[in-house]
Amino acid sequence: MTVNTAIPPGLWLILGGLVLPLLPLRLRQATLLGLPLLALAAIWTLPDGIVLRASFLDQSLVLVRADALSRLFATVFAIMSFGGGLFALNQTRVTELSAALCYAGGAIGVVFAGDLITVFAFWELMALASTLIVFCGGEAARGAGLRYAVIHLFGGALLMAGIAGEVAATGSTTFGAMTLDTPARWLILAGFLINAGAPPLSVWVADAYPESSWSGMVFLSAFTTKTAVYVLIRGFPGAEVLIPIGLFMVFYGIVYAILENDVRRILAYSIVNQVGFMVTGIGIGTEMALNGVAAHAFAHIVYKALLLMAAGSVLFLTGKRNCTDVGGLFRSMPITTICGIVGALSISAFPLTSGFVSKSMISDGAAGAHLPWVWFLLAAASAGVFLHAGIKFPWFVFFQKDSGLRPPDPPWNMRAAMIFFAALCIGLGVWPEPLYALLPYPVTYVPYTANHVIFQLQLLLFSGLAFFLMLGWLQRTLTITLDVDWFWRGRTVRHLGRGIDRVWAVIEHLAERLGRMLARLVRRHHGIEGVLARTWPTGSMAFWTAAMLAAYLVISYL
Amino acid sequence: MDDHWLVRRSTITLLWILFIAVLASTVLLDALVVHHSYFGIDGTFGFGAWFGFASCVALVLFAKALGAVLKRPDRYYDR
Repeated sequence: MTVNTAIPPGLWLILGGLVLPLLPLRLRQATLLGLPLLALAAIWTLPDGIVLRASFLDQSLVLVRADALSRLFATVFAIMSFGGGLFALNQTRVTELSAALCYAGGAIGVVFAGDLITVFAFWELMALASTLIVFCGGEAARGAGLRYAVIHLFGGALLMAGIAGEVAATGSTTFGAMTLDTPARWLILAGFLINAGAPPLSVWVADAYPESSWSGMVFLSAFTTKTAVYVLIRGFPGAEVLIPIGLFMVFYGIVYAILENDVRRILAYSIVNQVGFMVTGIGIGTEMALNGVAAHAFAHIVYKALLLMAAGSVLFLTGKRNCTDVGGLFRSMPITTICGIVGALSISAFPLTSGFVSKSMISDGAAGAHLPWVWFLLAAASAGVFLHAGIKFPWFVFFQKDSGLRPPDPPWNMRAAMIFFAALCIGLGVWPEPLYALLPYPVTYVPYTANHVIFQLQLLLFSGLAFFLMLGWLQRTLTITLDVDWFWRGRTVRHLGRGIDRVWAVIEHLAERLGRMLARLVRRHHGIEGVLARTWPTGSMAFWTAAMLAAYLVISYL
Repeated sequence: MDDHWLVRRSTITLLWILFIAVLASTVLLDALVVHHSYFGIDGTFGFGAWFGFASCVALVLFAKALGAVLKRPDRYYDR
C-alpha cells in the first residue's frame, strides 16, 4: 500500500475543505486548485480491486474499491472540482469554497465506496456540504436551502432504512448490482432516485440550485445528481422501472424549461432532463446503454458546468437572473457568449461536440435492445433539448432584444475556466477515443457516420427553425410554473397550516387547564399543607397504633 | 444603439437565407447517404427534419397548455 492509497482520494479534498478557512488568501487559492489535481493523481494510482478495508460496528467496510466505472466518475469529479475552483477563485465567501471541496470529496468517496455503509456516510456528507453551498447564496436562499435539506435528509432516511433492511436480510453490506425483489432494495432505489431528481420530487433541483451564488450552482450542478447516476449504474443496471422514470424526467425538464424565465432555473430543469436520459439508459441496461450513460455523465458534467459558468458570469456582472432583464450581452461579453454557445451546442449533441459522441450511445442502446418507443421518445427529446437549452439559453441571454446592459467579460480566472471547459467540450467531440477508453465496457461504437451526422443535423436544425417560427410563443413572462412543492409552499397549504395551528392551540389550552386541575388536586393531598404530607404529633401516632392493635384484637376473636 | 453589424436588418436577412440554405442542404444530402434504419420509418427520406420540427411544435404546444393551468406571477410564493 503506497502513500496515495493509504487514504481514500476523496479524503484529500474533504480535509482540504476543512482547513481552507484557516489559510491566508494565496495559500487558499493554491489549495483550491492544487488539491483536485492531487486527488486526480491519487485516483489514477489506485490499482483495480479492493484497496482499503476498515471495520465498524462488526461490519467490514470497503472504503476504497476501484474499477473502470468508479475511476471514470472520480476523474470527472476531480476535473470538475479543479475547473469550478478556478472559476470561483475570486469568490469571497470562503464557506462556500470550503463546502465545495468537501462536497467533491464526498462524491469521490461515494464512487470508490465498496459497501453500502460507506456509500451512506459519504452520501450524507454531500447532503450537508451542498446544503451549505445553497445557504451561501445569501438571505434569499434560506428557505430554498431548508427545503433542499429536508428533501435530502428524507432521501437519506429512505436509504438508511433500505440499507438496514438489506443487511438484516442478507447479512452483507457489499454494494453491487441488486435485483428489486425486497422492500429494502426498493427503499435503497428510492433514496438514490431522490438525489437523481426523479419524480415526484424533481422540484428540489429547480427550487434550490438557482438560489445559490454565481459560483455555487457550478458546483451543485455536477455532484449530487451524477453521484446518483453512478450508484444507479452500480446498483440497479437494467431495472426496467427506470425507463419510464427516466423518460418522464426528460420531458418534465423540457416542458418546465420552456415555461421558465429565470436563466439558471432553465438550466436546472435541463439538469433533470439530461439525468433523465441517463436514468433511461440505466433502465435499458445493455453494455452499449451503460457505456453511453457513463460517457454522457462525463460529458454532461463538463458542458453543464460551462453553461452555468456563462450564466454565473452574467449574474456576477449584472446581478440579473431573468431572461426578461438581460439580452444583447454578446456586444460586450464576447468570450462568455462564445463559451456559452459551445456549452449549448454540446448539451444539444451537435456533431463535433461532446454531447454528440455520448448521448447517441444511449439512443443506440435503446435501438439495440429493440425498444422503438424509447428510441423515438429519446429522439424527440433530443430535439426538445436544442429547443429549451441549445437555443433558448444563448438566444435570450446574449441576443434577442438589447437590454442596454454592457457588462465586460468576467475576470481572468472565470474566463480561463470557461475556455478550459469549452475546449474540453470540443476536444471530446472531435476526439472521443480517450473518453471511450475510460468506459466500463469495450467500445466498438463509431459516432461519426454520414447517416448519423445528417440525421442529427436535420433533427437539430429543424428544431432551430421551429424555435424561431414560434418565438412569439416562447417570449418569457414574469411567471413561475407550479410544481409539487405547491403542496408545502402554496397559500392554501399555509392557510391549512394556520388552521391546524389554531386547533392545536385550543387542544393545548384544554390540556393545560386539565393539567392545572390535576395539579391542584395533587397539591391538596400531597402539598406542604396537604392531608398526606402534614407533620403529625407523636401522640396521634401512638393513638392510631393503639387503635390498630385494638382492631386486630377484635378481629382475631371474630 | 443597434448599430452592431450582427443586428442590422440586412445581416438578419442574410442569416435567414443562409439558415434556409443549410436546412435544405441537410435534407438534400439525405438522398446521397445509405440509410441504416432501426425501425423502418427512421430511415426514410428527411425523417430527422420533420420529426425534429414536429416534436418541437408538439412540446411547445403542450408547454403552453400546461402553462395556462400552472403559470403564476413570479412573486407567488413570497406573498
